[in-house]
Amino acid sequence: MNDRIEKRIELKASVSRVWRALTDYREFGEWFRVKLDGPFVPGKVSRGHITYPGYEHVKWEAVVQKMENEQLFSFTWHPYAVDTKKDYSQEAQTLVEFRLEKASGGTLLLLTESGFDKIPIERRLEAFRKNDGGWAEQMKNIENYVATAP
Amino acid sequence: MLIAKLCGGRPYSISQLSADSELTRQAITKHLRVLESVKIVHSVRSGRETLFEFNPGPIQNIKQYLGMVSEQWDEALSRLKSFVED
Repeated sequence: MNDRIEKRIELKASVSRVWRALTDYREFGEWFRVKLDGPFVPGKVSRGHITYPGYEHVKWEAVVQKMENEQLFSFTWHPYAVDTKKDYSQEAQTLVEFRLEKASGGTLLLLTESGFDKIPIERRLEAFRKNDGGWAEQMKNIENYVATAP
Repeated sequence: MLIAKLCGGRPYSISQLSADSELTRQAITKHLRVLESVKIVHSVRSGRETLFEFNPGPIQNIKQYLGMVSEQWDEALSRLKSFVED
């Protein structure tokens, strides 16, 4: 299963509460650390910028896919599109899905991010390299490696 | 952002990494072991402490890349958990 990430986490909060934290753009922004321009609307682009200290220059952009009440929230995006000078629009996106299920102590949240198989690894590394000063030094090694690897 | 910190180039102990993090020491240890298993970080012994440092070798496969993305999700979901449970 090299093309996806799967997580499951139990939350001691009602399904409605978790749904709101995921789909209300202000609440989502609180924990995800992104300041979004407006509400999530299926089929529409969501824009904003990261508020995580040190990453404020990084833009957030995702296309909301599904909002099935208290069950499924999904969007597509370019994971780690951290290079502000690069145009990622032509690259493949990954799909992020949050699924909610009622559990005895609250809510079971299943997170899946899939579609990594379509993203060339070299492009991803390039994104990391631009991340910040700390990365830059280390990433030179990787860049050299990628450039010379068959 | 555990990895961003480790990329500063010097080794850190688990205590140092958990000092200014919202994650618990146990959670950080778990993340580090995952990152170690895909060779993004490696651990070195220093006296009685275990220090972790970024592995400057090439990140050469999708598994390692996914390890990084996975760790970011762990941190985000942990923030979500605190957010809805408070």
